[in-house]
Amino acid sequence: MLPVPHRVARVRRETADTFTLDLVPIGPAPAEHGFLPGQFNMLYAFGVGEVAISISGDPAERGVLRHTTRIVGTVTQALGRLERGSVLGVRGPFGNAWPVEEAEGHDVVLVAGGIGLAPLRPVLYRIMARRPLYGRVVLAYGTRTPADILYRSELARWRSRPDLEMLVTVDRAVGAWPGKVGVVPALIRRAPFDPTATIAMVCGPEVMMRFSVEQLRTRGVPPERIHLSMERNMKCAVALCGHCQYGPAFVCKDGPVFRFDRIERLFNQPEI
Amino acid sequence: METLERILAEHPFLQGLDQSYVALLVGCASNVVFRAEEQLFREGTPANQFFIIRHGDVAVELHVPGRGALTIDTVHEGEVLGWSWLVPPYRWSFSARALTLTRAIAFDGACLRAKCEENHDLGYELLRRFSTVMAERLQSTRLQLMDLYGSGR
Amino acid sequence: MELQGLEGLLEALGAAGYTVVGPTLRDGAIVYDEIRSATELPIGMTDRQGAATYRVERRDDQARFGYNVGPHSWRRWLDPGRRRLFRAERTRDGFEIVPEDAAAPRLALIGVRACELRAIGIQDRVLGEGPHVDPVYGDRRRSAFVVAVNCGQAGGTCFCASMGTGPAVGPGFDLALTELLGDGAHGFLVEVGSARGAEIAAGLGMVPASDADLAAAAASVARAASAMGRTLDTTGIKELLYASAEHPRWKDVAARCLACANCTLVCPTCFCSTVEDVTDLTGEHAERWRRWDSCFTMDFSYIHGGSVRASGLARYRQWMTHKLASWIDQFGTSGCVGCGRCITWCPVGIDLTEEVREMRGSRSAGGPEGGTGGDA
Repeated sequence: MLPVPHRVARVRRETADTFTLDLVPIGPAPAEHGFLPGQFNMLYAFGVGEVAISISGDPAERGVLRHTTRIVGTVTQALGRLERGSVLGVRGPFGNAWPVEEAEGHDVVLVAGGIGLAPLRPVLYRIMARRPLYGRVVLAYGTRTPADILYRSELARWRSRPDLEMLVTVDRAVGAWPGKVGVVPALIRRAPFDPTATIAMVCGPEVMMRFSVEQLRTRGVPPERIHLSMERNMKCAVALCGHCQYGPAFVCKDGPVFRFDRIERLFNQPEI
Repeated sequence: METLERILAEHPFLQGLDQSYVALLVGCASNVVFRAEEQLFREGTPANQFFIIRHGDVAVELHVPGRGALTIDTVHEGEVLGWSWLVPPYRWSFSARALTLTRAIAFDGACLRAKCEENHDLGYELLRRFSTVMAERLQSTRLQLMDLYGSGR
Repeated sequence: MELQGLEGLLEALGAAGYTVVGPTLRDGAIVYDEIRSATELPIGMTDRQGAATYRVERRDDQARFGYNVGPHSWRRWLDPGRRRLFRAERTRDGFEIVPEDAAAPRLALIGVRACELRAIGIQDRVLGEGPHVDPVYGDRRRSAFVVAVNCGQAGGTCFCASMGTGPAVGPGFDLALTELLGDGAHGFLVEVGSARGAEIAAGLGMVPASDADLAAAAASVARAASAMGRTLDTTGIKELLYASAEHPRWKDVAARCLACANCTLVCPTCFCSTVEDVTDLTGEHAERWRRWDSCFTMDFSYIHGGSVRASGLARYRQWMTHKLASWIDQFGTSGCVGCGRCITWCPVGIDLTEEVREMRGSRSAGGPEGGTGGDA
């Protein structure tokens, strides 16, 4: 599979080390340009390399692919230097989707840690577009400091909605932060949802996911209703290079979204 | 006092507590209100109280010269604040400041300490519940320390 | 087919436009390389293999295929170790991708053993089936002419019988040869496996096999089957390994394993690869190359911050669990064909049949030895 050149239509600096790129295809859009919440693209920075980035935009918005990226290495650094009009390569979308349909008729708890909010944002867009199909909807989001909060204006808009419970916390407060200080599992402890009728979707650093899952289970959410997005080294993204293997699963093909009961054996095993 | 008894009897923190102990706690309890920005207690001072927050948000903070007040935790509606009254030297390690208008039930820790000495069963019931609170705080603190969202360097 | 028919076969293949690749002696090992004549085969040679041991020796006859498998597998011909995926050229307002247009050579693979034929079948599954396929592998594979060879002897590290992959060659060949050598006669039993096999065989002056020939061939293969150097009990092996992530034996192996990746380089079914993006000094011209990779490297499982499998233990566990267990869930068969290369070419002689035996043994109730199957 070859990268398809796309142009950067817009760059948003979200925080000191995180940015969002809006990409549009050069020339006619490929026929199937849509994506499912949870899927990712391989973004190619000319001459530098490729990296797997979750699509973080609204699935209903056609014609543009939005990616929120955190600078953690050479390729993401190169992507971070792109400006409006720059060209990069796109392969994808790859991977499976969050269980947005399965969640209909249930309470939905979205648990996001740090950059983990990006792959969950498309779920929130979908749910808000069809709000009556869902019960209570909770977003529990934690990040490092107030300066690291993503999508500030959107979160503010969503916070004002009476049909969405938004719980935000930071690991450490800097300056006059009037909000919560603490960890995401603490948000789950008291969040308003019915554990017997909830689908939970969790995304963030693995340790944060582990404690969040523990808290969800303590509340009574069964493991088959908890879904995680896993991350592993990604090279080909088409299950041919072997790098993304997680036990017998290929994260690029069988994931990145996994039902917790199906990976429980692996999840608590270090270095697997 | 009657209203307090009903509120406490229904509160998850005291769930399963013998009715006589609930009444005992009520005898050491009072309703308190803090305006936004008002200090609940200051670090270093004697710790003779604990609170159950009924409404509002409280910042747990520490004053560091040159850096001002650092908030290391926030406590909210339904949560328990303060365990220094149980552990020698019975002094607050941190300060607490109301972020918003906060209504709480304050318990006389000094009085309860004495009662726990007399009645070890009561002491066990309270310690059991507080150890859960402390464990949760410790776990959260450790996760915050790990700086999981940081760059890992 | 008479002995000289072999030369005729290679000539016919060359004339038909195939690049003929077969076993030949080089640098003290029997490897697979381009050969132009049957005289380049390792005539009268055999190999003596054991854990961390490989020696080529003279036989007391002139057998053309009197050895087992060497450090090369057919992977290096069907799935080249290094190839370019695309070029990217900067343009005025961006860049454009230039795909590769490589024509695949038509290969004739001479001397494919039963275990190797099964390994090729396994790689067909991995690289050639599923939602995404490797087109270069597909092209080379489809056009490859396979001359399989039935083994008449088993090597010191062979265990194809345990894995159900040999020593008799299974389906998937164009021609299959069994060397018949004895009583002053030297020829080959030839089995035709495909239409293009029949076409090539037509001009080789073959005569129908006699019953004696068939019996001799069967006896030769049976001899190999009974002389396996190793055994591996595959009963419930997937469940065993899945449940053994914390088995103390891993520490034992990890203390010996150098993470040198030899096993993955010689294994005929290993398929892992990686990509490298490079530019020239001007920065105007970029290329992406694909090359073989190994799960034993630190880079293999690297995500921001570090490798998921940082310890050698975790990497060895990954390799063995994948090869013998996860592969079954992924592709429906074991990833191991019992060729024994990983045992032979491991510099410290780690033997996965022994590792499995140890893990099984300490799980069974009572019995300190507890092993299953015997050593040949």
